[in-house]
Amino acid sequence: MTGDATLLELKELDKSFGGLRVIADLDMVVKEHEIVSVIGPNGAGKTTLFNLITGIYRPDSGEIQLDGRNLVGMAPHKITELGIARTFQTLRLFLNMTVKENVMAAQYGHTKVGVLRSMVRTPGARREEKEIHRLAEEKLGFFGDRLMGYRWDQFAYSLSYANRRRLEIARAMATQARILLLDEPAAGMNPRETHEITELIGKLRDDGGYTILVIEHDMHVVEGISDRVVALDHGVKIAEGSFEAVATDPRVVEAYLGLRKTETK
Amino acid sequence: MEQPPDTPRIGVDEWVASVEGKRERYTGPRGAVLKRWERLPPAARVLVFATPAAVFPFLTSGGNLFRYGLFTLVYALLALGLNIVVGFAGLLDLGYVAFFGCGAYMYAILASPQFGNHWQAEAAIPVVVVFTAVVGLLVGLPSRRLLGDYLAILTLFFGQAFVVFVNNANRISFPFVGHADLTGGANGIANIDPFNFFGYRIDSTRKQYYLLLIAVALVLILLMFVNESRTGRAWRALREDPLAAEVMSIPVNRLKLLAFVFGAAVAGLTGAIYGTIATAALPGDYDVGLLITVYAIMILGGFGSIMGIVVGAMIVNNIPKLLHSSANARPLFYGTILLAILVKLRPWRLLAAELGGLVAFGFAIHGIASAAYPRLVDGESIGSGVSARALDHWMLFPKNPVKIADVAYILLVAAIVVYPQLSRVWRAVLLPPLLYLVMFVWENLLLVHIGGATRLILLGAMLVALMNIRPQGLFGTATVEIA
Ligand SMILES: Nc1ncnc2c1ncn2[C@@H]1O[C@H](COP(=O)(O)OP(=O)(O)OP(=O)(O)O)[C@@H](O)[C@H]1O
Ligand SMILES: [Mg+2]
Repeated sequence: MTGDATLLELKELDKSFGGLRVIADLDMVVKEHEIVSVIGPNGAGKTTLFNLITGIYRPDSGEIQLDGRNLVGMAPHKITELGIARTFQTLRLFLNMTVKENVMAAQYGHTKVGVLRSMVRTPGARREEKEIHRLAEEKLGFFGDRLMGYRWDQFAYSLSYANRRRLEIARAMATQARILLLDEPAAGMNPRETHEITELIGKLRDDGGYTILVIEHDMHVVEGISDRVVALDHGVKIAEGSFEAVATDPRVVEAYLGLRKTETK
Repeated sequence: MEQPPDTPRIGVDEWVASVEGKRERYTGPRGAVLKRWERLPPAARVLVFATPAAVFPFLTSGGNLFRYGLFTLVYALLALGLNIVVGFAGLLDLGYVAFFGCGAYMYAILASPQFGNHWQAEAAIPVVVVFTAVVGLLVGLPSRRLLGDYLAILTLFFGQAFVVFVNNANRISFPFVGHADLTGGANGIANIDPFNFFGYRIDSTRKQYYLLLIAVALVLILLMFVNESRTGRAWRALREDPLAAEVMSIPVNRLKLLAFVFGAAVAGLTGAIYGTIATAALPGDYDVGLLITVYAIMILGGFGSIMGIVVGAMIVNNIPKLLHSSANARPLFYGTILLAILVKLRPWRLLAAELGGLVAFGFAIHGIASAAYPRLVDGESIGSGVSARALDHWMLFPKNPVKIADVAYILLVAAIVVYPQLSRVWRAVLLPPLLYLVMFVWENLLLVHIGGATRLILLGAMLVALMNIRPQGLFGTATVEIA
């Protein structure tokens, strides 16, 4: 399944906030059609890594390459247009828009009709609008009947927590990205929903053709989906490899159990 | 439904599905109307408003058409432009009326004796619209990265700067021409030409009314189309969450600028039309008072709701004006109060008790006053007829009501603020005195003279009441968030 072509590459990435070094000298590669999990204790810098890749923060130094093209310094919407979309750990839906509108709004980048043309609804504008609807429905259909039918016209604020997480994923898919960055997609879900999300992530890769970089705390999910696991601690990559290898790596165990203090003394 | 035994019986998702179920967004008779309304195509919705509006000139006098008709449409058009900036894109623009002013002055410069220009409307209007759009762009350029409060302050500054500018631009010296009177200073520019389209002059109130109606209908339809387009969705997305919008491939800064430019263009168009109606451009017309009114319209109608704006404009323009003449005012006023009580008060026994209490309270106060302070009852209510004379035996009418009515007014405003905070029992007990106070102020102050300040206070009271009943405005969609 996994191809060999490198899609996303991070080179010697560095980011500090004030005196705090949150990402330190990080190298990382994501290949096409791969599912890579990023794990690490709270505050390890995982979300910051996503913020760097999507252009919300600018790295202090280092490179972020998509297909060999450097993304550093680009505006976030540009990066998304080039093919990287994300979900938010803290859920940032457009709450007062409907479910379908949320997904339609995310198609701004790859659509063209200008405001004057949509004001008079030229045939071209209508055609594109129809295509936007179709794509939104297709992406929402990815989640079985969870986000289908009458839910299209419900406001996002009326969705359950699990459905909000699904909608975040649908919205990211609608940008026509090739890489999805999922920030703790199973957080706050019950076991059954977690299981569903695990299957969904596999399906995203197998049927959707996406490459996926996912942050996840739930080790069952990580074990179930990952081709490769990267473990971060204090912004440093402390282990990388298959789930079994990383999960049993002494440094990872140590980071998770918080044994560091006693040992470094 | 059978569940496997080892799964949690109900997850969050299932709970929402089973309890909230496939609940319709609207229910009851109101729901039936709203649903049908939403299914109408935009053009049909506009027709629902435009048809009665088109008939209106035949049912009323020229003066009424000017007061009620023209001004409602001017406000509606103005608020529609603001709705792009604030309602759609969520940018708190407090300098908006300056664009309106720009439009009026620009048209005045192109078509009045001030410079001896008398442009045809078909040439002047596009120039005015493009000019204000460019001003919008220039104000938007430095502001587009600003958020919330900063943007509000900067645009407020721009709005005030505009007023100062037009007040003083009658003695600007230009590099080559020397001194020029650009804006007429405090006196403004008078004798603005009526619109002249290819020789057809829009010179009567009725013609101006229809021109405005066409403009409003056109802008309404265009905005409805934009709202349901890629750009409209992007505006609303950035209003909801600019960061998420940016990450979802929406160029936030460019769209903010676009909203500014379009809002300014609509304001400029409205300004030009207003200039021909008022036949003068005066600096005082584009001040904070107007800003408050336009915002009130938008808040009342519901941010982002295009149709709500039209209704809001009707309410904000017409209710204070209707109240101005006592012949309309009394039935309207007491009718509204009675209706509100009938709708809100349940059960019937409570309703009867409150109304009985109100009547008894009035007679008691009147009795006490005529015995102890005869000065409080030596006046008369306005108007003649049985009802007015009957009122004399119930309501207090001091001969010289100004001072005491002012005090009562302040008391009333305080009471209205405090009243909703009280417990149920106190609210029930204090309702008759409160209503009596309302009527006292009404009969002795508002009915006698409704001035500019009273208008704004009335507007404020309407908004306070609305905030308590429907925070999202009459037509706005709920802005609820379940964490
Ligand atoms: N904008 C910021 N300014 C200052 N410090 C920040 C900022 N963003 C993140 N940090 C700090 O960087 C560190 C890493 O944060 P980050 O959110 O990346 O952690 P995380 O690995 O996603 O943790 P979690 O598992 O809790 O989500 C934390 O110490 C955090 O306080
Ligand atoms: Mg995080």
